[in-house]
Amino acid sequence: MAEAEVISNATPSEEMNGAGNLMDFLDEPIPDVGTYEDFHTIDWLREKSRDTDRHRKIRKRRKESIWEFVKSLLDAWSGWVVMLLIGLLSGTLAGVIDLAVDWMTDLKEGVCLSAFWYSHEQCCWTSNETTFADRDKCPQWQKWAELMTGHSAGAGAYVLNYFLYVLWALFFSFLAVSLVRVFAPYACGSGIPEIKTILSGFIIRGYLGKWTLLIKTVTLVLAVSSGLSLGKEGPLVHVACCCGNLFCSLFSKYSKNEGKRREVLSAAAAAGVSVAFGAPIGGVLFSLEEVSYYFPLKTLWRSFFAALVAAFTLRSINPFGNNRLVLFYVEYHTPWYMAELVPFILLGVFGGLWGTLFIRGNIAWCRRRKTTRLGKYPVLEVIVVTGITAILAFPNPYTRRSTSELISELFNDCGAFESSQLCDYINNPNMSRPEDDIPDRPAGPGVYNALWQLALALIFKIVITIFTFGMKIPSGLFIPSMAVGAIAGRIVGIAVEQMAYHHHEWIIFKNWCRPGADCVTPGLYAMVGAAACLGGVTRMTVSLVVIMFELTGGLEYIVPLMAAAVTSKWVADAFGKEGIYEAHIRLNGYPYLDQDEFTHRTLATDVMRPRRNEPQLSVLTQDSTTVEDVEMLIKETDYNGFPVVVSRESERLIGFVQRRDLTLAIKTARQKQDGVVSNSVVYFTEDAPQLPASNPQPLKLRRILNLSPFTVTDHTPMETVVDIFRKLGLRQCLVTRSGRLLGIITKKDVLRHMAQMMNQDPGSIMFN
Amino acid sequence: MAPLSVQTGVSLVTIICLLLATQAAEAKNSEDIRCKCICPPYKDIEGQIYNQNVSLKDCICLHVVEPMPVEGKDVEAYCLRCECKYEERSSGTIKGTIIIYLSVLGLLLLYMVYLTLLEPILKRRLFGHSQLIQSDDDVGDQQPFANAHDVLSRSRSRTNMLNKVEHAQQRWRRQVQEQRKSVFDRHVVLS
Repeated sequence: MAEAEVISNATPSEEMNGAGNLMDFLDEPIPDVGTYEDFHTIDWLREKSRDTDRHRKIRKRRKESIWEFVKSLLDAWSGWVVMLLIGLLSGTLAGVIDLAVDWMTDLKEGVCLSAFWYSHEQCCWTSNETTFADRDKCPQWQKWAELMTGHSAGAGAYVLNYFLYVLWALFFSFLAVSLVRVFAPYACGSGIPEIKTILSGFIIRGYLGKWTLLIKTVTLVLAVSSGLSLGKEGPLVHVACCCGNLFCSLFSKYSKNEGKRREVLSAAAAAGVSVAFGAPIGGVLFSLEEVSYYFPLKTLWRSFFAALVAAFTLRSINPFGNNRLVLFYVEYHTPWYMAELVPFILLGVFGGLWGTLFIRGNIAWCRRRKTTRLGKYPVLEVIVVTGITAILAFPNPYTRRSTSELISELFNDCGAFESSQLCDYINNPNMSRPEDDIPDRPAGPGVYNALWQLALALIFKIVITIFTFGMKIPSGLFIPSMAVGAIAGRIVGIAVEQMAYHHHEWIIFKNWCRPGADCVTPGLYAMVGAAACLGGVTRMTVSLVVIMFELTGGLEYIVPLMAAAVTSKWVADAFGKEGIYEAHIRLNGYPYLDQDEFTHRTLATDVMRPRRNEPQLSVLTQDSTTVEDVEMLIKETDYNGFPVVVSRESERLIGFVQRRDLTLAIKTARQKQDGVVSNSVVYFTEDAPQLPASNPQPLKLRRILNLSPFTVTDHTPMETVVDIFRKLGLRQCLVTRSGRLLGIITKKDVLRHMAQMMNQDPGSIMFN
Repeated sequence: MAPLSVQTGVSLVTIICLLLATQAAEAKNSEDIRCKCICPPYKDIEGQIYNQNVSLKDCICLHVVEPMPVEGKDVEAYCLRCECKYEERSSGTIKGTIIIYLSVLGLLLLYMVYLTLLEPILKRRLFGHSQLIQSDDDVGDQQPFANAHDVLSRSRSRTNMLNKVEHAQQRWRRQVQEQRKSVFDRHVVLS
């Protein structure tokens, strides 16, 4: 608003002064004014008003010529075009990642002789040699030992396969960590805590850059295929946001406005989850519930569009060959019974406990990494963890394969066609017809065998995931969390099923399980467990249930999933309010104002600077400061902005000017504008007064002055101030008493104050 | 900055279009469809898997299970238990993706090796030991992006375009170095 006013006022005053070059200087925008420095927070209000100005200008011009009209149309459409491009690119990248992971994971075990680019399943896709008993064996696919020694069985082959499995895993993870280290250190981790912070208005330059995009995509494949206990979902959100940022730079509407850019990034996050889980609606809700800070309705529609395009693109690539977007898509229609809610809620409790354990353990470990010597050896750490993971994972068939495949098997219901160990039920020879489904049958030795292997896998996953998440490679935690829950759920499911079989006479089973009828679906328990564990870690509820519901495509399981998700949230919240992402944000001290209520009774005057015994606030006056004074002020202080007052005596506030803008404006003026010397007076008023010719040329800076800074009175409760900061996304707020400027409250002060009130170390908050 | 990003954007869109096009072209490939019938054990016949190259409408047990292991009236009973699934894949996309991925990975590895191993050696060859010690002092061996490019660009005269590329590259290196410092050394972000 301020700028528009200045623009309309500029011409007459310039003519009055008769200074041509001054007018030039004012007409062309100073480069970089309005941008932010690295690790600073943006001022949402300013971004919004700048966008309104821009929009108004375009609307005004559209009547002038056809070209301007076309330009205005393009501008109106650019949001949707960006969404389309984001959807296309993130869908394609997700497809590439899926295909490459599929191939590379199998590369640890063997190779396809007919075409090296096929994974195990693709290799045997057209083969007619597969048999019912050994369904995934075909002569084209050879394990390494078979290829090298010619023997496919025996101790020697096992050891050789084991050795090569570990070697490949180490090789992949070493490549991943070195690529991250050399080309894009920001590509490590899951990225969601940082994206959350960025969306709340923080600047991390290069975090969403092209190199980060490239390296994260490439190393994500390596990290996932190395068999580490990590998933691709979180990093895919980061990848999608990088795509969003990339396409933002094509349109000045988004590239020049940090607030508008964040709207695009919110939508990109939705597209990321949409392709990660094949759940477009879940993705939009995830963006709304978990990552976004400012989410207007317009963004909701655009996110939905981006998520749909992304899902469609991935679907047309068809990476899993099942016409689905995820490997562990399931489809069952067996009903569930009221009494089953009890085990579902128990699973919810387990999920909550797991969430608490994981968050506590992982944060403790990450803090160690951050503060002790451990952090000095990122490459070694990755290698060691990969080594341990691979060595422990290989002997157990449930941990050897990729985690997605494991989840897929656990989710699946045992049909007559399943060959897996989990479906080894004893057929009753007395039955006239062999069963189509496998309801109500005693478990065979295979199931018991699978149970203890699963129990071992559960312990292994729980422990190793705590140490894996946060290493310096791309790592997400959705998949490992879901795996933990799915294993626990499947174990509970089988237990309930066998109980129902052996104790038909119990009252609860009497109505529920008639002999011969299908009554317990262990796969459903696995799914509920997965939802509970994911909910315990991330504290999502609505989006989680929708994602799970989109995975199954059945509305009838909403109630079990909701019960588990809500229970897990309650249990986990009882032990600690923060989800894993908030915990990581706090660990790193990012300036993130969370949505929790502030309940302490402090006043603005307790928080504002300067405090009672501190020197006075550094201010500028509107018409009596010289360029030299300003430069001195900039040199001596490190404040990010200065209030402008009428005069030092009256201290009446007229506006606020950002340090960066001030520095740039003075620098530009000194270079381009003749007559601006150290003695020139800086004017923030509308018109510079007529000066005698002997005086040096004045410098008009009203253009960079924010005329509508937010003010509160000194007796405003902090509760309100925190609310203002949170809802309006302010960067700073000035405190006045009866119109006189008293002090300033910055976002940093608010965050420090909140940390202090919660008995945390206020110095840990990162802020420049 | 802006034209560069336009270029990247355009090239990315081209890649997407190419991928989609290859996929569309390859979809008709006869290798890429199958109808797989899994038949569980029936009476004394063992379970079996049948795999045929037939279109979606022919993907029923009667067409796919050949030779039929049972006679006459049992055929219907046998076929009821079989589960037939029609599946499609695109072998072209798989091949293309894996090859593109591997070549990108390979290029990155080569560049990495160049930056970490070859460049310090080249630098040593070109400028002898004195400067090496100097630049080693302020960056150390740990940092693959030593100030080599400062030195290199000073010593040679390049054309304008090359200078620009050099400049961009140098800026990128500085950024990466900054990132590395904040992630690996100071642990302020992403820990």
